[in-house]
Amino acid sequence: MNALQFTLGIPLLASMLLGLFGQRTWAKTFNVWTAAAGFAASLWLAWGILQNGVLGGEATQFYVDSFNVYLITLTAFVGATSALFSRPYMARERASGRLSDGRMRLYHSSYQGFLFTLQLALSTNNLGVLWVAMEGATLATVLLVSLYRTPGAIEAAWKYFIICGVGIALALFGTVLLYFAAARVIVDPDQALLWSVLARHSSEFDPVVMAIAFVFLLVGYGTKVGLVPMHTWLPDAHSEGPTPMSAVLSGLLLNVALYAVVRVKIITDGALAMHPVAHNPHLPGYLMMGFGLLSFTVAGLFLHRQQDIKRLYSYSSIEHMGLITFAFGLGGPLATFAALLHMTVHSLTKSAIFITVGHASHIAGTQLMANIRGLIRTQPAVGWGLLIGTTAIAGFPPFGVFVSEFLLLIATMKAQPWLTLPLLMGLAVAFAGLFRHLHPIVYGDAPEGQNPVQANMWPVAVQLMLVLWLGLAIPAFLARWFDQATLLISGEGLL
Amino acid sequence: MLNQLPLYQQAILTLAAMILFSSFALLAQNRVLAMIHVFAWQGLLVALTTTFVAYDSGAHHLYFSAALTVALKVLFIPWLLHRLVRRMGIDREMHEVGHPAMVLMTAAALVIFCYYVAQPIHQLSTSITRNTIAISMAVVVLGLLMLITRNKAVSQVIGFMSLENGLFFAAVAATNGMPMVVELGIAFDVLVAAVIFGVFFFHIRDSIDSLDVAQLNQLAEHDQ
Repeated sequence: MNALQFTLGIPLLASMLLGLFGQRTWAKTFNVWTAAAGFAASLWLAWGILQNGVLGGEATQFYVDSFNVYLITLTAFVGATSALFSRPYMARERASGRLSDGRMRLYHSSYQGFLFTLQLALSTNNLGVLWVAMEGATLATVLLVSLYRTPGAIEAAWKYFIICGVGIALALFGTVLLYFAAARVIVDPDQALLWSVLARHSSEFDPVVMAIAFVFLLVGYGTKVGLVPMHTWLPDAHSEGPTPMSAVLSGLLLNVALYAVVRVKIITDGALAMHPVAHNPHLPGYLMMGFGLLSFTVAGLFLHRQQDIKRLYSYSSIEHMGLITFAFGLGGPLATFAALLHMTVHSLTKSAIFITVGHASHIAGTQLMANIRGLIRTQPAVGWGLLIGTTAIAGFPPFGVFVSEFLLLIATMKAQPWLTLPLLMGLAVAFAGLFRHLHPIVYGDAPEGQNPVQANMWPVAVQLMLVLWLGLAIPAFLARWFDQATLLISGEGLL
Repeated sequence: MLNQLPLYQQAILTLAAMILFSSFALLAQNRVLAMIHVFAWQGLLVALTTTFVAYDSGAHHLYFSAALTVALKVLFIPWLLHRLVRRMGIDREMHEVGHPAMVLMTAAALVIFCYYVAQPIHQLSTSITRNTIAISMAVVVLGLLMLITRNKAVSQVIGFMSLENGLFFAAVAATNGMPMVVELGIAFDVLVAAVIFGVFFFHIRDSIDSLDVAQLNQLAEHDQ
């Protein structure tokens, strides 16, 4: 047994067990412990990568390098902290009678199943299996979005299912085209979808087929990233589902979908670079920049008109995913490094925010921002958590989001100076959009009879401390992983 | 040119044309039961094509894929839809297609566009693959069109599954199928998706008393 088998096996096994026993009172605790065990296994895996470099060879089904190892650890970590948060949260939902035993079973089983599909998507070397895992992630979460069975929840889940289903179907078409291009070059059909093999042979593929395949894959996986205009499912699914789900959807699923896009971009770049005259070698980059900038701008504007607190932060997620997509599209070592860092800090910050938002909406008894007031007075830990989290996500120093956005701005100034203008404006618009809502929520007068709830703020504190740490100093091993991943994606290292 | 091709390839081309035709039939059909039947026929045509390709190319794992398609797309999913539709008492319901002439004209234009996209692929110039790629892309796009133009949940699901047929057809026609582990994974996902769709029909009906998903519109961004 190696670390990878544990990383994948623990959530899979837990999902099956919780499918049988998820309604028991110990299931919530079991969920936390298995998620923690998954995190321990991922640390073990990361330790192995740190010692030996890449896990998996040229033609193995699993492949862990410096690009996905940190995402695997991050996924397991946020999965564990959100499980810790979900224990009191779901106990409260169960006690209030909103959920029955059967739905608790469904919830716990789907939660672990979702973590399994994400880890599978990240660690597999086979682009077909990656697709299967991404679709599996949709299937695992769609019944969670409709968990409360309110008309809004049903609508959100239907939208999520249809839009992501179609999106992911387009990604499958892209995968078929990719396989079609690869099968002409790589003799063994079983190897023609393995990413490590494809990356080595990428310069031999037909550029036209690869370009068409990339467009399909970008739109397909981009739907799950939440890129505008395919984003409409995202705020609905985040706002109607249980809050621990919003935390993992926003913090993890979006990252994994973007990871898939970047893996494919590496291959497409390789194929197009061989024919710089006949085909534009920057096509994938330009497409990603366009989609990214559009998402960034549109989502920033939409922040202003939100009324539901979870919708507010899900638009903020779209905005940040747009920014990361833009950074990957811009290419070059500096922007790529910034994008990798931003993926990490966004996912840590955003899941911490969603955890806090979950407590806040329990305190106020609603998700409508007009009725959430005076959090700092009612429960200082929650109020300050929300304030600090939002400050971090808005890109203030000394948090990690500031560092990555700063690096990205420098890279943009060097490569496409004119684009710094929309970037800076977008950041200002998003900042205003967040704080105009946040100010009365944390500082306003608390309504009569508003009482603190039992809240576990440890996950939030730890995650925000990590974001702060990444803003002040990136540990050497992480910097080296980022650097190796940058080398892999952009062709040259930064350090 | 057609009679220079081997018999099996001619058969594959004919079947591809029939699959495309069945997509048009789905677009224009407004009876629920008939729609399910056309969908089952489309699945059967795809399975037949797969068998021919398997025989023609000697890729034996495709026989297995064909059997899987028959089991899933010809038998299980149509049976499931049939049962759900009967149980909900909507089997006589008409799903009106808005502007049928416009929809079919758009569909024809989309088919031409798909041929246009497939045209510049050089490595296709000698084979029948150019036709089949274009047709499979067209089936995918027509499935999308069906999703957009229909507002009943059952029709949307059939549109979605027909889109899936197009993808499977693309994989078979262009590359003799995907590796086995991928095909099994995809089949599993389709199976789970079909079951979840079934669950959703009941949820939607409980929620809005009909399966008209156009009524699911309270979450859209409204003006304040």
